[in-house]
Amino acid sequence: MFKEEVKGSLYIALKDLKMYYFKPPNLSWGIMFPIVMALAFILRNPSGVKDLASGLIAMSILFAATSAEAIVIVFERRTKTFERLLLAPLSLQAILFGKVIGGVIFGFLMSSIFLVGSVIFLGVPFSNTVFLLGSLVLSAFVFAAFGTLVSVAVKEIFDAMTLANFFRFPMIFLCGVFIPVSALLSFLHPLAYVLPLTYSVDLIRFFITGSYDLVHPLVCIVVLILYSTVLFYLSVWVLKRRIEQ
Amino acid sequence: MGSDSIIEVSDLTKFYRDFPAVNHINFKVKGGEIFGFLGPNGAGKTTTIKMLTGLIQPTEGTATIQGKDIRTQIVDIKKTIGVVTENSNLYDELSVLDNLRFVGQLYGVSRLDREKRIGELLKRFDLESKRESKFDILSKGMKRKVTIIAAIIHSPQVVFLDEPSTGLDVLSARILRAMIKELKTLGVTIFLTTHYIEEAEQLCDRVAILVNGAIKTVDTPENLIATSNSKNLEEAFIEITGLKEEIMLVEKEGKR
Repeated sequence: MFKEEVKGSLYIALKDLKMYYFKPPNLSWGIMFPIVMALAFILRNPSGVKDLASGLIAMSILFAATSAEAIVIVFERRTKTFERLLLAPLSLQAILFGKVIGGVIFGFLMSSIFLVGSVIFLGVPFSNTVFLLGSLVLSAFVFAAFGTLVSVAVKEIFDAMTLANFFRFPMIFLCGVFIPVSALLSFLHPLAYVLPLTYSVDLIRFFITGSYDLVHPLVCIVVLILYSTVLFYLSVWVLKRRIEQ
Repeated sequence: MGSDSIIEVSDLTKFYRDFPAVNHINFKVKGGEIFGFLGPNGAGKTTTIKMLTGLIQPTEGTATIQGKDIRTQIVDIKKTIGVVTENSNLYDELSVLDNLRFVGQLYGVSRLDREKRIGELLKRFDLESKRESKFDILSKGMKRKVTIIAAIIHSPQVVFLDEPSTGLDVLSARILRAMIKELKTLGVTIFLTTHYIEEAEQLCDRVAILVNGAIKTVDTPENLIATSNSKNLEEAFIEITGLKEEIMLVEKEGKR
């Protein structure tokens, strides 16, 4: 039973990757947007390029994992194709897990491009490849689950983008992507602590530079696992309620 | 409950807020029969199918399909049923072949069986030349055929067809009816909802008539025609559903 559910999830993920992810709009959100944002900051402060790598990688995961994820279910519910998945012999958890995995794979691939680019072009060193790649996967899961939650919570694609951006854009400035959280005004710190990107940036930073800004890496891992679990099960709960309406 | 019943519905009820879309309905469907589920618009036909196929949860009551409860064993039930919904719910961007492969994968059909079955079904339904075509570009009739193939790719024992001939031209509707008859010869039990009473008369072994979420009667088309002193099932349907007065009123208005 468990094996069939996992298989079903993977087939859904592969179908989503083929149909939605490797398309120009997602590639531009996943690659172009982080590059443009990073360039803007590099031009202002060329000496801080290496410090920017962890934030840049985390930002690419955030945008790559959520860009399609936040609209896929809304789109499939409108075209009635989501019903096809609901009719399959899979639990709701397995269906949404498949949706999340699609976002995780795409987020991981996009961030890997930035990781390799940072090593080659910026000379960024990293201390532990396995843990670093693991932190990318964990971060991608959090943001893909966030995208899924957005996607099941709204009815229109436009609403999905608005809701996703309501959280995504402030996170760029509050979570240590360009400016370390410790350097932010103190009244902004509580906000940084409740946003998952803060932990993602700090964890990736630790495995690149060997030091962290705000939170110990073990705490980051625990918080990101908690975020993944809560966001995923919240998506399942919201979808259940939506279906019944 | 008889052992030859493949679907057994007991007090099945669905409320949307305070509105009873389906209200304590009971009926049985025998294995291998074509069972028609008829009713005017908004009678609760689609809501019943949605409950039986696990798309929504009943508010009260339950049903079993092949002895399995829709409330507790729905994932197991879904393995043995096929569903053709009112809309052709396949992916426009994928080819016919990719759509069918994906659905086969979801139902756990092995690669070898999947390819063999897809080949057989495309041939039987005269769609071999369309296997690489995108679903989007197919005619409505072809889309319907592919949707039906997708519903039976895992060789289900029960197939639910919700308004399958809606929007089809005469030829496509005829082909569809032939397909339904062919499924019956393969031993598949068919649960059919349709607006076309003539279609139900031609195809169904028994029909249930649903009005305002409640079952009015369940019988063979022949018995319904006889007991209501009607010429055909359509007249019997009008009599049983109480639409006669409404129709007379509309006709009267039309003459003015």
